[in-house]
Amino acid sequence: MKNETNLSAKQIGKHITEPIIVIEHLCKKFGSNVVLNDFNLTVYKEENVVILGKSGSGKSVLIKCIIGLLKPDSGNLMVFGENVPQLSHDELDRIRSKMGFLFQGNALYDSMTVRENLEFPLRRHWIDFSQKEVDALVLEALDNVGLIHTIDMMPAELSGGMLKRVALARTMILKPDVILYDEPTTGLDPVTAREIDTLIITLQKKYHTSSIIISHDMNCVKNTADRVVLLLDGKCYTDGSYRDFETSADKNIKQFFE
Amino acid sequence: MPILPKTQQFLNETGSVSRFAGHFFSIGVKPRYEIRELLTQCYIIGYRSLPLIGLTGFIMGLVLTMQLRPSLIIYGVESKLPVMIGIAIVREIGPVITALIFAGKIGSSIGAELGSMKVTEQIDAMEVSGTNPFKYLVATRVLAATLMLPVLTILGDAICLFGSYLGVNIHTVTNYKLFITQVFQSLSFGDLLPALIKTFFFGFAIGIIGCYKGYYSNKGTRGVGNSANSAVVLSSVMIFIIDLLAVQITDVLGLN
Repeated sequence: MKNETNLSAKQIGKHITEPIIVIEHLCKKFGSNVVLNDFNLTVYKEENVVILGKSGSGKSVLIKCIIGLLKPDSGNLMVFGENVPQLSHDELDRIRSKMGFLFQGNALYDSMTVRENLEFPLRRHWIDFSQKEVDALVLEALDNVGLIHTIDMMPAELSGGMLKRVALARTMILKPDVILYDEPTTGLDPVTAREIDTLIITLQKKYHTSSIIISHDMNCVKNTADRVVLLLDGKCYTDGSYRDFETSADKNIKQFFE
Repeated sequence: MPILPKTQQFLNETGSVSRFAGHFFSIGVKPRYEIRELLTQCYIIGYRSLPLIGLTGFIMGLVLTMQLRPSLIIYGVESKLPVMIGIAIVREIGPVITALIFAGKIGSSIGAELGSMKVTEQIDAMEVSGTNPFKYLVATRVLAATLMLPVLTILGDAICLFGSYLGVNIHTVTNYKLFITQVFQSLSFGDLLPALIKTFFFGFAIGIIGCYKGYYSNKGTRGVGNSANSAVVLSSVMIFIIDLLAVQITDVLGLN
């Protein structure tokens, strides 16, 4: 393992080299609270990177900066070769159509049916889809998560696991190149959590996506990570494979396995 | 002399709401127009408020007539009852009562809805989906409230006058045509227009304050509850302030 550096995807055994996300010297603070302090990370094509860190360590802030929901104070944040903090609203929309974001609380629109929730990103991203194409994409997305029968149900009628699957279907519906997962298994029972992990891997292989997964669920980390990054004190403390982390003697890493 | 914290907080809040309203004019009215969402909100905000506005208007007209009649009998001017009721309803009671009921129903509903969407990250999800949440959620609701309140006020006034007619008929038999003729003979252009114009401002204030309180809601259920509550309180106060200003302006313009 290396401190303060990023292992390339090749070093962790994947034959992939094209960087999709490059983060350099990223800083973000709220008032006097420094959340990200000179954070560096590179994510390669078709790579699953899990960001590990304690609650409040800035993991969610990091992925919100990546998708442009928060603006960093300084540093470069390149996605598909474009510096996200400097993009105009329209340019950001264009980039976002190639990115998916799975919210921790799912963030399904509770006044809309499952079908309307899935149709929403299709109709909003300035991409022209015919009604036939929209219907086909909605059915495909729901089929991927095994929930076609919920198409006309309201989110309030679904269980926690089903909500997460529908949210995942909505995230995947535009077949994004990058998906950001904010604690995808938090609040789910172990069986459902494992199902979600499997879905993440299955869909990643099917659509060849790159992912950043925020988690402190070690089962999720084990099941999904090509590479694990430990976020500590706003910095990339270390990165490596799950096996590296599991066998590490570093007390900052060991505490996640206790 | 140091500014009291409460005063400072009030001034900050006023500044923030003003900036939010400025944002509506700078961003909310530019394309892309959310026509479909605007029509949906007009239906929810306007059509669905009609039963409540109608019921309160009807009761208001009936009660007002029954309360006024004994006093007018004492002075021997009972025949002037439709005139008094007409002026009172069209100029003041109709617009203000409708706006207050509207603030209670729509202001709280917008505050709670947007507050809940904020807390559950639905607004962020909307932004990630290529939608400007300010245009989609705020501009449509503010515009719908601004356009629907005048319509509701006109309908509310009509129902209120009908309630008043029934109130008159409890004790005497009066022809409806005669009642309406007396009401409209007492009203002039200067009574109708300022009353109608101020309802646009009432609607705008209710929409902006409801959206502002919801959009900047604090996290948690208490935050959402506070948003809904303070949206109603602040909107109601704003209705009276706008009403006061409207009276002054119409007075200066000689429309009173």
